[in-house]
Amino acid sequence: MPRPALTFEEIISLLDVYYDAEFTFIKSEDATELIVKQPRSTQDFILNLCKRIAATNEELAFQFTLNSIRALESMDQHMVEAWAMTATDNYDRKGLTPAMSVIRDLDNYVHTAHINACGAVLDEEISVLLPFVQGLSGRKLKIAEAEDNLAYTDTETIFLPAITALLEESKDNFLIYKATVAFLWAQIQFGTFRLPFHEVLDCKDPELQLKKITALETVRLEAYIKRELPGLYRDMQILKQKTADNNTQTHHDNWQKVIDKLSAENADIDDTLHCLSLIDDTQFPVSCCYQGVLKLDQVADVMQKRIEKEKAYFRITLSEMAKESMKKNSDTPDEEPEVDSDTTFAVRNNDSNENEQQTNPGIIELELEGELIAIPDHVKQLMTSIVVDFGEIPPEHLHAAGPGEYDLKKYEEDILNPNDVWQGTYHEEGAELYNEWNFKRQHYHKNWCVLRELETEPKYDDFVTDTLEKHKGLLKSLRRTFEILRGEDKLLKKQVHGDDIDIDALVEAYGDVKSGMEMTDRLFTKMHKEERNVAVMFMVDMSGSTKGWINEAERESLILLSEVIQILGDRFAIYGFSGVTRTRCELYKIKSFEEEYNDEIKGRISNIQPKDYTRMGVFIRHMTRIFNDIEASTKLLITLSDGKPDDYDTYRGEYGVEDTRQALYEAHRDGIHSYCITIDEEARDYLPHMYGAANYSVISDVAQLPLKVSDIYRRLTT
Amino acid sequence: MQSKALKPEEYFIKDEPYYQSVGDEIAIFEAAYKQALPILLKGPTGCGKTRFMEHMAWRLKRPLITVSCHDDLTASDLVGRFLISGGETVWVDGPLARSVRNGAICYLDEIVEARKDTTVVIHPLADDRRVLPMEKVGEIIEATPDFCLAISYNPGYQSVMKDLKQSTRQRFVALEFDYPDAALEAEIIIKETGIDAATAGHLVKFAHMTRDLKGSGLDEGASTRLLVHAAKLIHEGISPVTACKTAISQAITDDADMMVAMHELSSSLF
Repeated sequence: MPRPALTFEEIISLLDVYYDAEFTFIKSEDATELIVKQPRSTQDFILNLCKRIAATNEELAFQFTLNSIRALESMDQHMVEAWAMTATDNYDRKGLTPAMSVIRDLDNYVHTAHINACGAVLDEEISVLLPFVQGLSGRKLKIAEAEDNLAYTDTETIFLPAITALLEESKDNFLIYKATVAFLWAQIQFGTFRLPFHEVLDCKDPELQLKKITALETVRLEAYIKRELPGLYRDMQILKQKTADNNTQTHHDNWQKVIDKLSAENADIDDTLHCLSLIDDTQFPVSCCYQGVLKLDQVADVMQKRIEKEKAYFRITLSEMAKESMKKNSDTPDEEPEVDSDTTFAVRNNDSNENEQQTNPGIIELELEGELIAIPDHVKQLMTSIVVDFGEIPPEHLHAAGPGEYDLKKYEEDILNPNDVWQGTYHEEGAELYNEWNFKRQHYHKNWCVLRELETEPKYDDFVTDTLEKHKGLLKSLRRTFEILRGEDKLLKKQVHGDDIDIDALVEAYGDVKSGMEMTDRLFTKMHKEERNVAVMFMVDMSGSTKGWINEAERESLILLSEVIQILGDRFAIYGFSGVTRTRCELYKIKSFEEEYNDEIKGRISNIQPKDYTRMGVFIRHMTRIFNDIEASTKLLITLSDGKPDDYDTYRGEYGVEDTRQALYEAHRDGIHSYCITIDEEARDYLPHMYGAANYSVISDVAQLPLKVSDIYRRLTT
Repeated sequence: MQSKALKPEEYFIKDEPYYQSVGDEIAIFEAAYKQALPILLKGPTGCGKTRFMEHMAWRLKRPLITVSCHDDLTASDLVGRFLISGGETVWVDGPLARSVRNGAICYLDEIVEARKDTTVVIHPLADDRRVLPMEKVGEIIEATPDFCLAISYNPGYQSVMKDLKQSTRQRFVALEFDYPDAALEAEIIIKETGIDAATAGHLVKFAHMTRDLKGSGLDEGASTRLLVHAAKLIHEGISPVTACKTAISQAITDDADMMVAMHELSSSLF
């Protein structure tokens, strides 16, 4: 039996709570009027969403409720939920007004929802499109979402609209993506950008001129695609019919001539130039669905930088190759030969025609003074990229770089010092972004937290020696227990070689022999030292609340632990974490997995200082990312903490706990075991929820921390 | 028809196995064979190492005994063991011992997969001693001049744990194999399967696409062997796109996205 619908009063009392009506003065009556007429299931659905949105903003929730019935009329519940989440996402990123506009502009959303339903979404297709374009030959291209919903390329990245929904079926829309990618690839590969655009466009109507060029290039490139990728070409023809791009096709007298000329096997950009004068200003086909646009400014920018950079790299590589070859041929191989820009390489002319070189630059061979030089793989890629730009290796590239001619630093990407970032105003450059879970909304805040990894300066004081002295006795017993761990032997049975006879195996073998079967030669037992393959990461709370006692105990624990972990030979890393709000999550590297435990690390441990707040989820997500690069059969993430997750903004109470729980769940999914050691007496209230019932320890006495931590570690890894 | 059972050392390859020489590997192998040097074949999977061995066995008119090594293969699997027959123990030679006795070519495929103790029995065979010690029977067999030891190894994807030890690899004459260049590869496919040149060309192009993807989603590109498989399917009337999918894409990856991407590539080509 369906449950009875909620009454007016029941709904209004709920909404008043959601809207926080007492303070926001939102009148719930209108919204209630709408909801009360609905069946119970719809009521529940709306109220539930309303509650989730209200966790972000009450006004937004109110507007949502007003529009919800209309939304449900045009979309299913799943889409309505997505609509609400788009609004909250917008609220996160841009603020209330843009979020409101999503809610108010329902029709637009419904339209896009339709597009979403049948359209192809770049986010989803990129995992296929990227390997697709990289499988096509030439420069390794990237794919990115275009901000202005146009398809174009800057010769290194192919930009595509976020959604393509020109056709009814998502299969066809994907095909448009694929065709676009291939077409833009062809633009790069077959030399569209070798056209001297600034000259050609220097006329009274550059826009028209560009349109003409685009039309001509489309003919030329399609011919290339027809030869290179005939299957795709067929699909492109079908697309053209489906999108009716062909309907306006004009048959100017000259047009067929143009097509013939540009479809010839070796048609190049000069042919396009030549044809430019053949067609008049009105009669050429309009653009089709996959040809994108030409963004010449961006192309020029990227190309200029790349050409300069690649020339530098290439010439430097040539000079290295020349040196090597001279060394090989010289009588005094120890001397460093001098190479200057007079050293010139030559491209060996193969029988293959130029066209083949264009499509397959891998076959270009270089020679120096008539001798063939072997080309390393990374140089081949460089050459491919140069050939794509020029159609050949230009002669001026073939001079080896003289000493000091280039300063390679100029071409390296500027790496920002994370410490400098805070000098100015906050920005996200050079930082890593992480999502954060909002339990009320049951959804992630996308790229919400800004995390930076900072170096910790070592502090060389007496702390380490004092600690070792203070815990001398403890250290001794710890060492002993850990040494036992290390030497843990396992008796392996049924071995070919061993120290003792395996009686069980012998009896079995005897039986086998008696029954005429082959006797096994695995008759021995062997002691075998189990190899540990453990990687452990310690995440140390550096929040302000650890000041004093706790901080000292933490540092002492780390010193002792590091000493004994050395015995086991486990790989370990130590990171401290702290921060203020989501825009400033700071991770202090004390010891990474690669670093040796030495005096500098000890100094860094000694310098662990209380900082700001405890925002945990983001750090756990970062640790998970670090862990994913590590090969180990056991991955352990141990958090040393003094209390609940807590940050200056909303990251407190249930919100913080839930986000941390979600982050730990993500870590668990990646095969990381998490454990928490805390001194917070109240931790039993929330830690089981976050880490699971058996994955935490509460230590009531801070002074016990050093002993306990090592002890717990021993227990965890055996 | 009943198939004939032969002892491996009596099995001579009668018909010339098709092998397209890429460089001077045949000459080098023959020279090494004459000088009684062992041979190490390096190269990615499916590039023709085993076929080359068959071809050489035919050329040199020696039986070829191939052992595909796996991680449970021990020295006694190679040398031999005692078996019980009618209340008595009988010594039975393993494939290596058979080859040594009969002057066959012994080819240990993917040698690094085998257990470490196998190297112990290979070492004395692979240097100028040319003997096989048989610990269990207390004998040493001297290899006949006809005997030849060849091992293969794929440096591409084995783990560090399974790297070939210097002491082993420095006993061998190494021949490096790689996929043949495009024209040659197409020719091989045509010869092996009899498909038309255009399709073969497309297949090779497809293979190059997958090889370009090595490192960005694929562990290994399509091998010549896979191309031959696909070509055979095409020859039987399967559509090229389906053939590429079943014989190549599905064979080299399990990743769904990668499979779709490769399918898109092949459907673009054919």
